[in-house]
Amino acid sequence: MTAREDQDKLEAQFAQWRQYVQRRRELLPSDADELEDHLRGSVDELVAAGLSPDEAFLVAVKRMGSLDELSREFAREHSERLWKQLVLTGETGSPVADTRSRRDLWAMVICAAGAVASVKAPALFGLSFEDDSSFYARNFTLFALPWLAAFLAWRRQARRPLIGILVALFALGAVAGNAYPLADKSQSVVVTSIHLPIALWLVVGLAYVADDWRSSRRRMDFIRFTGEWFIYFVLMALGGGVLSAFLFNTFKAIGIVPEEFISHWLLPCGATAAVVVAGWLVEAKQSVVENIAPVLTRLFTPLFTAALLAFLVAVVWTSHGIDVEREALILFDLLLVVVLGLLLYSLSARDPLAPPGLFDKLQLALVVSALAIDVLVLLEIAGRITDEYGSTPNRAAALGENVILLVNLAWSAWLLLTFIRRRTPFAALERWQTGYLPVYAAWAWIVVLVFPPLFSYV
Amino acid sequence: MRSVKVAKDLVAASATPMVLGILAEDASYGYAILRRINELSGGELDWTEGLLYPLLHRLERLGYVESSWQSVTGERRRKYYRITDKGLAELAEQRRQWDTVVDVLKEIWLGLGDRGPLTAIPLEGRA
Repeated sequence: MTAREDQDKLEAQFAQWRQYVQRRRELLPSDADELEDHLRGSVDELVAAGLSPDEAFLVAVKRMGSLDELSREFAREHSERLWKQLVLTGETGSPVADTRSRRDLWAMVICAAGAVASVKAPALFGLSFEDDSSFYARNFTLFALPWLAAFLAWRRQARRPLIGILVALFALGAVAGNAYPLADKSQSVVVTSIHLPIALWLVVGLAYVADDWRSSRRRMDFIRFTGEWFIYFVLMALGGGVLSAFLFNTFKAIGIVPEEFISHWLLPCGATAAVVVAGWLVEAKQSVVENIAPVLTRLFTPLFTAALLAFLVAVVWTSHGIDVEREALILFDLLLVVVLGLLLYSLSARDPLAPPGLFDKLQLALVVSALAIDVLVLLEIAGRITDEYGSTPNRAAALGENVILLVNLAWSAWLLLTFIRRRTPFAALERWQTGYLPVYAAWAWIVVLVFPPLFSYV
Repeated sequence: MRSVKVAKDLVAASATPMVLGILAEDASYGYAILRRINELSGGELDWTEGLLYPLLHRLERLGYVESSWQSVTGERRRKYYRITDKGLAELAEQRRQWDTVVDVLKEIWLGLGDRGPLTAIPLEGRA
């Protein structure tokens, strides 16, 4: 073997060793450099003593001891490295990733600024938060979500046709929110204010999955994104609340009441910017921080199951019919949404190939008890829709949602049952849930676009 | 020469003044420090990389040493460690402590020396 070949082989061995070292989270690239230099020093010395490069490398690596031991010692000094930290800009070790994360940061800042500008723009035309609260209630998602969609579309380098569709859908949302002659206090305004955000959020989903909108995996990613986005948004809202409270009380102590600043600037601007910032955070931390939504579902699935079963037992025990007030259907819709959320986020974190376990049975119990409760409610309500009030946009929307969720959960329960009995693969359940997303979108758009004229703008 | 295995605790306790002492002579890098320790102890002190590098990083965090990547002509780029003023002060303090310990040990062992070899102590004590 020539000296040249020896050298190449040695370099290949060094490269392989480096790969092993870099897999350790405790060892940074700079540590790897330092240790490699040490190894090379050791090899040089052994070669000078007469060993072949091959042997020298083996001996030197052996002397350094196992990587496990080495990482353990490093971890004692650098325990902070065991906590995954979110590196927002740079210092990830690779220049390509650094530029990318810096560009992401700038795009986020621009989009957040755009969202803030859009929420304050109507004020220029004399629309104030007090006098035109109904305008802001209908449109608040229209100020922020297009910017979030823009950020996502930019990040995924969406193609022109998709961008066109996104713009068209947001424009349609703006029309639906504002074109109908709805009175400020009418039921339809409330119904639109609730359903337009749902419709627009699924438009954001379209930007999220970009060109691959048929893929079940990508849709599941969007469901994961939604859960994490929601949690980040809530956390930021809590932080914002603390900030407002301090701002208000400290300034009040010196005789200035910053009420107008907080309610006209801090809250609306902060909330719209937070929509974009939360989206960016989820994208930036995707592979760094563990998803929190599945952890919460693991905690709360048993508790909700117990609560629902206790409720069912109480209903049977007292033989007291469920008292369906005007708002009750909404309450039970929300219950189904929570159960669906618990189901979805457990699905999103589950290894599709794992065999059915105790937790899957627990979920089946949760879904079945929720269904049983809902059926009781529907029986109670069946006669009510034709009673003296007649049907109203509120009731029709709530009933429609109930039916949609009921169908989803009933089929999910069936799929869960067959999965537990090992008749169908887990993927069937996942496909059912991701395939159902367009149904929510379609219903939300129907409520927003068709309901106001259908109920003659009540 | 009989091989003496220095206990782990003692190695750990003495490592800091040794590293600071070597760096007080001149700036150096990990491999050279390890070699120097090996030479000075005649191979008795067997430091591992897992001991040396985390120690160097800790000393850096405490501000006793500072590091920089340098390439001396004709050699590889290396991470050199240099002692700081704070490190020199720490070295002086450690030296004072070690001198005290060593002095006491010497006093004790010299006193014992008059009474013969160490292994004979229990017998003498009984007599």
